[in-house]
Amino acid sequence: MRQEMTPAAPASGIGARWTLKRMADLAQTLRPYAYVAPAMIFFAAFFFFPIAYMIYLSFQDWSLLSLDEMEWAGTANYEALFADADFYQVLKGTLVYTVSTVAIGIGAALLLALWLNRKAKIYGLVQAAVFSPHIISLVSVAMLWMWLMDPQYGLLNAILEFLGLPAYTWLADTKSALVSLILVSVWKGIGYNTLVFIAGLQSIPREIYEAAALDRSPGWKTLWKITIPMLSPTLFFLLVINTISSFQVFDTIYIMTQGGPVNSTNMLVFYIYEQGMDFYNGGIASAASVVLLGIVGALTLLHFRFMEKRVHYR
Amino acid sequence: MAQVVLQQVAKTFHHQPVVKGLDLVVPDGSFTVLVGPSGCGKSTTLRMIAGLESASQGDIWIGGQRVNELPPGKRDVAMVFQNYALYPTMTVFDNIAFGLRNRGIAKKECKRMVEEIAAVVGLSGYLQRMPSQLSGGQRQRVALGRAMVKQPQVFLMDEPLSNLDAKLRNQMRVELSSLHRQLSSTFIYVTHDQVEAMTMGDQIVVMNEGRIMQVASPLDLYHDPANLFVAQFIGSPAMNILPAAEAGKLLGFRPEKAVMLPAAVQSLVPESALVLRGTVVSREVLGSDVLYHVKVPSGSVIVKKDPESLLETAAEVQIAVPVECIYLFDQATGERIPARAEQMPRRFLAGGMS
Repeated sequence: MRQEMTPAAPASGIGARWTLKRMADLAQTLRPYAYVAPAMIFFAAFFFFPIAYMIYLSFQDWSLLSLDEMEWAGTANYEALFADADFYQVLKGTLVYTVSTVAIGIGAALLLALWLNRKAKIYGLVQAAVFSPHIISLVSVAMLWMWLMDPQYGLLNAILEFLGLPAYTWLADTKSALVSLILVSVWKGIGYNTLVFIAGLQSIPREIYEAAALDRSPGWKTLWKITIPMLSPTLFFLLVINTISSFQVFDTIYIMTQGGPVNSTNMLVFYIYEQGMDFYNGGIASAASVVLLGIVGALTLLHFRFMEKRVHYR
Repeated sequence: MAQVVLQQVAKTFHHQPVVKGLDLVVPDGSFTVLVGPSGCGKSTTLRMIAGLESASQGDIWIGGQRVNELPPGKRDVAMVFQNYALYPTMTVFDNIAFGLRNRGIAKKECKRMVEEIAAVVGLSGYLQRMPSQLSGGQRQRVALGRAMVKQPQVFLMDEPLSNLDAKLRNQMRVELSSLHRQLSSTFIYVTHDQVEAMTMGDQIVVMNEGRIMQVASPLDLYHDPANLFVAQFIGSPAMNILPAAEAGKLLGFRPEKAVMLPAAVQSLVPESALVLRGTVVSREVLGSDVLYHVKVPSGSVIVKKDPESLLETAAEVQIAVPVECIYLFDQATGERIPARAEQMPRRFLAGGMS
């Protein structure tokens, strides 16, 4: 009886309060998602969707000339790609280019950084000079090197001639063209790598070197046992980004060699471009892009899996 | 074990003199502490002895050999740094063994020596750990072990305890002192903490602005300061300094040497005592002692008393200091006027004389 006598108004007041509390809880739960939503929408629109769409396109028969006539092709694009002898040559060329560019580029940058990591003004000037290729457009760099490497009128052969050495074929020969591209790439990237190494070197406390001097450590041992292990995060970072960017080389090939002579400088991204833009094989171009994504992803994972154990983070 | 001698040693950085012509003898087997405020040149002096800085002028001798041109590794010294400077990418074992390997010591012998030292510094169970996996105190021990294993002639320590918490610092202070007794090597220890200097050193070198102010044993420094700087730097709380009655002179007394009573109390103050009247401004109760900050007509002073009869803030007090506990200084030069106050005419003392 008592319950029946209870006025209705306070009961609905409790209910309203309860609903308000639930809404507040819900808002609290949703708030973090709302904060990250803009970034997630951006990533979804510009990263995840294009990757997913590229994978979808790799299973379609399509070309840029007839986008409305897209047809499901199953694995036909992949079969055609792996049956193409040129593709293997391209993969091999890309691998040689990447390994050489990364090894020479990082090695030379480390040596330069060790030399330039001093306080005098002249070293600052040299640092700026070494870094300058990084801020120049790659197209300009490629044009400049085409002139430098011209077999007849180029500066490099003029210097060789002046020194009494035989002229080099540079971009004109199947054997030397890849070497020439590697040289340009190392030249273009060395400034950035050097600067990152110098930043890494400057973060090593001076007292550690002083302790090593008191421990009678010879210079090479200090480098090998102290500097390089202390630089390992920098080294690892450069290794990953240099590998990825080398695998994706395009501009210099497009401007300097167009993949030639005789396909000797054709590399994966240029191959994709050729397939899509020159031969109108959109499906094969997409399939090759998926392969590129797979290789770069696998290499990055391998780096993290095997190299990170040796990296010392402070 | 070796004697370290500095002769007119100076250091200039970018035309800025940092150390100005030091003459110092660090006796063989002594625990010598270089103490002074930040920027006084004590660390630079230590680094010049280590060979990490070159002396701009003067000669440095270690064990009878002039070492100015010798690289750090050839001076037979070991150094413990403020931030320990352990090799972060090496295990504790490798940190300690690195110097031995560079000296060409055989692997087996090296292992034996490292294990022996690890046992001495209490790190036997930690040899395979990385420095990042150790606490501050353990890192300190690795740094000590790394220095000890080389059995150097001279140990150099640059504020090695300043990164530790107060409790650990006290513990390590005792351990370092007993280590010095065990090894009987020459220790040169740099600190800005006068308590560390007083408790550890058997010879203290007080430095200021690149110059040595006084070299003496801890008690001599305390009881017989050569100048105003040493008088105020050594002792906590610092010596009270007031203008003396005679122009150009200052008088000083240690806070614990003063007797303080309420102003109303008729006390038996000896004839030859300085009496000051003042008001208690504040008090700090430290447990075993109480520090009273007292405003007197010629300035303010600190008086240290036992906590038995606490005086309240704003209390009117009289402070009596026996004349034999009063020091006189020249205001212009800061030098101590050698004779003690009882030998000085009474007119030197402050206006508060009764």
